[in-house]
Amino acid sequence: MALDRWIALIILGIALAYGYGAFFTMDQLLPPFMQRNPIWPSTFPKVLAVLAILTALVIVLGLEKAETDDTKTPDIDYRRLTDYNLGQALLLLGLMVAYALLLRPAGFLLATAGFLTFGAVVLGERKFHILIPVACVATGVVWYLVEGVLGIFLRPLPFFM
Amino acid sequence: MLEGLLIGLSAAFSVTNLAMVIAGCLIGTFIGMLPGLGPMSIIAIMIPVAITIGDPSAALILLAGVYYGAIFGGSTSSILLNAPGVAGTVATSFDGYPMARKGLAGKALTIAAISSFCGGTIGAILLMVFAPMLSSVALLFHSAEYFALMVVGLSAIAAFAGTGNVAKAVMMTLLGLIMATVGEGALFNMPRFTMGLMDLQSGFSFITLAMAMFALPEAIFLVLNPGRSAQGDGGKIENLRITRDEAKAIAPVIGRQSIQGFFIGVLPGAGATIASFLGYAVERNIATKEEQKEFGHGSIKGLAAPETANNAACTGSFVPLLTLGIPGSGTTAILLGALIALNVTPGPRLMIDNPQIFWAVIISMYIGNLVLLVLNLPLIPYIAKVLAIPRNYLIPFILFFTLMGSYIGQNNATELLILVGMGIAATVLRFADYPLAPLLIGFILGRMLEDNFARSMQLYDGVGFILDRPMTLGLLVIAVLLVVVPSYRARRAKARQEGIADGD
Repeated sequence: MALDRWIALIILGIALAYGYGAFFTMDQLLPPFMQRNPIWPSTFPKVLAVLAILTALVIVLGLEKAETDDTKTPDIDYRRLTDYNLGQALLLLGLMVAYALLLRPAGFLLATAGFLTFGAVVLGERKFHILIPVACVATGVVWYLVEGVLGIFLRPLPFFM
Repeated sequence: MLEGLLIGLSAAFSVTNLAMVIAGCLIGTFIGMLPGLGPMSIIAIMIPVAITIGDPSAALILLAGVYYGAIFGGSTSSILLNAPGVAGTVATSFDGYPMARKGLAGKALTIAAISSFCGGTIGAILLMVFAPMLSSVALLFHSAEYFALMVVGLSAIAAFAGTGNVAKAVMMTLLGLIMATVGEGALFNMPRFTMGLMDLQSGFSFITLAMAMFALPEAIFLVLNPGRSAQGDGGKIENLRITRDEAKAIAPVIGRQSIQGFFIGVLPGAGATIASFLGYAVERNIATKEEQKEFGHGSIKGLAAPETANNAACTGSFVPLLTLGIPGSGTTAILLGALIALNVTPGPRLMIDNPQIFWAVIISMYIGNLVLLVLNLPLIPYIAKVLAIPRNYLIPFILFFTLMGSYIGQNNATELLILVGMGIAATVLRFADYPLAPLLIGFILGRMLEDNFARSMQLYDGVGFILDRPMTLGLLVIAVLLVVVPSYRARRAKARQEGIADGD
């Protein structure tokens, strides 16, 4: 089974859970006076759930015969994912998660300079004498713009300072 | 209209707004030139900045400037590197890159700039004429018609975005609508589908979603496949002049494509990409035999056509946004989100309640086009140096700006985790060829769609409004046909290929 149908299967699961929520759990919480309304909070979700389940089934069962365009080369062929720089991409995503977790405790300046430096290192940059100053200056400039010009507070320093 | 123009002139010619246009165009060109960053990603990144400005007209002017600049920057990288930064400028590279290979890069850029300028300006004139007409009709619309119109818009977007694969596009639209129901709505003061999580109480953040759908997957694709970010030294760009004969040759092309591009842009779901390809194809078909041979090998007509059409279409896509409040493309959907965040509801009332916003945007379109021609074109040899930034530096910065954009909006680190999670999901969806723009448009229209649906249900005490109002019924029928007909035709074509006789 191709990836797009697996995805449709996952979406089908989501739609079923969503539909279960809309059909069976939401209406119990509804106060009596609202039950006189022709539209309930669950009405629109019910319609969406039914449509989403039907559409997902169409894709999973392959009912729509897609016009396959063989001349079109895909951007990235997911079947040969390991041929690409998958490790780098995953490391960068991990770095983003680390940034999200460290932003508050480590402070904006440290977290951002670290993110920019390590991001470039992951991609293969080794000229540290250029990289680190660039990362620090960029961090400072962005912090000044966000804090000074846009007026949004970002804690600059780690929590203990 | 004259009165409106004066309001617009006085609003747009304030020092701040002029600075906004110029800054927007420059930023747009600068970033749009980077391969892999389209107008959608750039506008998504700029939204936090625009929202903090606070003044809706200034914010919209800035974003419109960024939009134009991005399209222009995209054509620059198409011409110089054969690496279109934006889908709408792919057709530009067909003839622009061969011209640059012949050493005519300067001339190609001038033609691109002039065509964009004319396309954008003529588009703005058409917008000025048609938008008030459409919005006076739209004032007669009832919430039932609005509901039906939005359904038509969504199904048109699904039908166009998923050419040959409508089910996937419909799926994405529905997923967007489903995501819009998460959180506490205005109609019913109870949280829905939050799974008890406080972070979902106010629903998904639209900026985070926009970043996760467009900017993040682009960056991941750039990492995965280094070949996508073609690098160059910016090249030598000289001799920006064009001759009188060349101007004569492209003038009719520009005239035709401005009008054609504008009307394609007005259609929901079509937009700049389709307009540019169609413009290229039409001009090739009506050219003479000798000229046809030049197409693809550096024909100036082949360069002027898509460039005019994509700018005119960008302008055209503002018509449904400003008059109906229904975005026709991913980019205008992001603009709509920004407007709502600024407490402005685009729609037919916009011209009555906030005429200065409407007219300032139109005037700033003229100014934006002028800025692109007068300021950006001479600066191009310098701006093109940005193409020489090594990707090792570029990619961490793109990722950082997506993170910053969604953090500034919410001031909440959980938002960043949601961003990464949805970004990964969006990348996987792109692997499997699911279109992502319908998801975002569905998400943005979801709330409005439900509000209008609920209002009509309450007014007619049930679904009777569909039968009571012929226009609603008609629009809904069109919506169904838009989705069903393409897949039915694809099915029949396939059946015929397999040698199965038709039923009729």
